[in-house]
Amino acid sequence: MQLTVEFGGGLELLCDSVKVHTVNVEVPNGAQKLTMRDFLTWVHKNLIKERPEMFIKGDTVRPGVLVLVNDCDWELSGQLETTLEEKDVVVFISTLHGG
Amino acid sequence: MDSNGAAGTAIRREIESLNAAKADIESRISALEAQLRDMDHGTGAISSNGSCTLAAPVDLGLEHGLSPDMIYRYSRQLLLPSFGVQAQSNLWKSSILVVGAGGLGSPALLYLAACGVGRLGIVDNDVVELNNMHRQIIHTEAYIGRPKVESAAAACRAVNSTIQIVEHKEALRTSNALEIMSKYDIVVDATDNAPSRYMISDCCVVLGKPLVSGAAIGFEGQLTVYNYKGGPCYRCLFPTPPPTTACQRCSDSGVLGVVPGIVGCLQALEAIKIASEVGEPLSGRMLLLDALSARIRIVKIRGRSLECAACGENTGFTKEQFRIFDYEKFTQSPMLASPLKLNLLPQDSRISSKEYSEIVKNGEAHVLVDVRPAHHFKIVSLPRALNVPLPTLESRVAEISSALKGVEMQDGKGASLYVVCRRGNDSQRAVEYLQKVGFPFAKDIVGGIEGWARDVDPNFPTY
Ligand SMILES: [Zn+2]
Repeated sequence: MQLTVEFGGGLELLCDSVKVHTVNVEVPNGAQKLTMRDFLTWVHKNLIKERPEMFIKGDTVRPGVLVLVNDCDWELSGQLETTLEEKDVVVFISTLHGG
Repeated sequence: MDSNGAAGTAIRREIESLNAAKADIESRISALEAQLRDMDHGTGAISSNGSCTLAAPVDLGLEHGLSPDMIYRYSRQLLLPSFGVQAQSNLWKSSILVVGAGGLGSPALLYLAACGVGRLGIVDNDVVELNNMHRQIIHTEAYIGRPKVESAAAACRAVNSTIQIVEHKEALRTSNALEIMSKYDIVVDATDNAPSRYMISDCCVVLGKPLVSGAAIGFEGQLTVYNYKGGPCYRCLFPTPPPTTACQRCSDSGVLGVVPGIVGCLQALEAIKIASEVGEPLSGRMLLLDALSARIRIVKIRGRSLECAACGENTGFTKEQFRIFDYEKFTQSPMLASPLKLNLLPQDSRISSKEYSEIVKNGEAHVLVDVRPAHHFKIVSLPRALNVPLPTLESRVAEISSALKGVEMQDGKGASLYVVCRRGNDSQRAVEYLQKVGFPFAKDIVGGIEGWARDVDPNFPTY
């Protein structure tokens, strides 16, 4: 399944400063669909190059990271249980405090 | 050469003292104008530097209550069919508090003053510094060293002498936030740190005020409206504070001046929409600006959370709880911009910048390792320093070893190892590591190159 992943708010620094990634992710063996839970594990393993604790905490993203699936907060689509589909765009963005 | 230098110093001094005098005069003019305005408020006349008549205006019996001067001043807004006299009159009757007169607050304040908000409050506890000027465009060079609130208020009065401008020359704290914020209809968060953001949002929830929140760093910006007509608050979105390492500050990470400028303008726009009751405020949505790739994305965010610690059904905050809440402890980071001062090493593993300058002067054999990032090193560095950015230290230990050997071969005796950074924190981390991997004699230079500039070479550039 082809997906687009984007990092912002400084999270791109964890993956060689590349903001936009087009990736191919397989539905896990024995599963019918790809969920955000699966995808988070995939991103952690394949895209995060350093300081993973700045991205993941426990089985979800660390506090202060907004997750958007097709420009919509993942809280509205079931968080880790959100089902991903072909060509979906997933954005991980760290909240900013500066001014 | 010497006499030239002395003459230059004298000229610089005179410019400095003239600038101070100029700022004093400007501030006195502002104060007098404010006084005059207060006197006129009773009679209903609007004065502006004597160009308008001081006599009471002819009572035209206009229902909207806008005076002839106001009609002329705001005519381009009145001409907008979907704005018009009603929205202008709403603006005039409204009050807006801007917390922070920095990169975000600068354009926000100027536009809010210009558009005719009836009462505009400014809270800030900082003074204007030279390294603010590239983004905090409300301040002018004449105000360097003076309170930002005074500078911002004078600039707003210069744009629009007919509105009320209130100066709050203090840091916003749980002890004064309720009192200050309760006097305004709308709050604009133009601060620069996590604890202030939680505090301002909670206070808005307690007081039932809409909050226009903006943030910017590097080339990115974020904007949304919290606590607006049943919409989410800051804690609904971020119930748990981020780790302190994720909270970057402009003074460490850098920011392109125009980026907070754009976000600050958008904050003014949202505040104007709410105050004038026009359009759809950015509530339940968030604007994300990526200036480098020239992209703005507006995303849908979650609604109010029933379990929110601040605004939830049964879990909400009271005024009393707010007053005693420790936001710095909650977020593990300070509200004031004072940089962190670590103390990781024993005294005998550290030397002062003055001591280091003696070592250089005496030609003692040593290697100086500078652990700042490469782009910092390019700005300025001490002579003959070896740049090994802290994250790369582990993989470059061999390089440090061979540098030491090189110096020892030259001098025929043992060489010392010193580590420097910007402020003296990373250098301690580096020394801690180096002492463990075979350099027990490594020492850090207390206070970093900022200390060097302060105590040894006042002409050394700081940033
Ligand atoms: Zn809330």
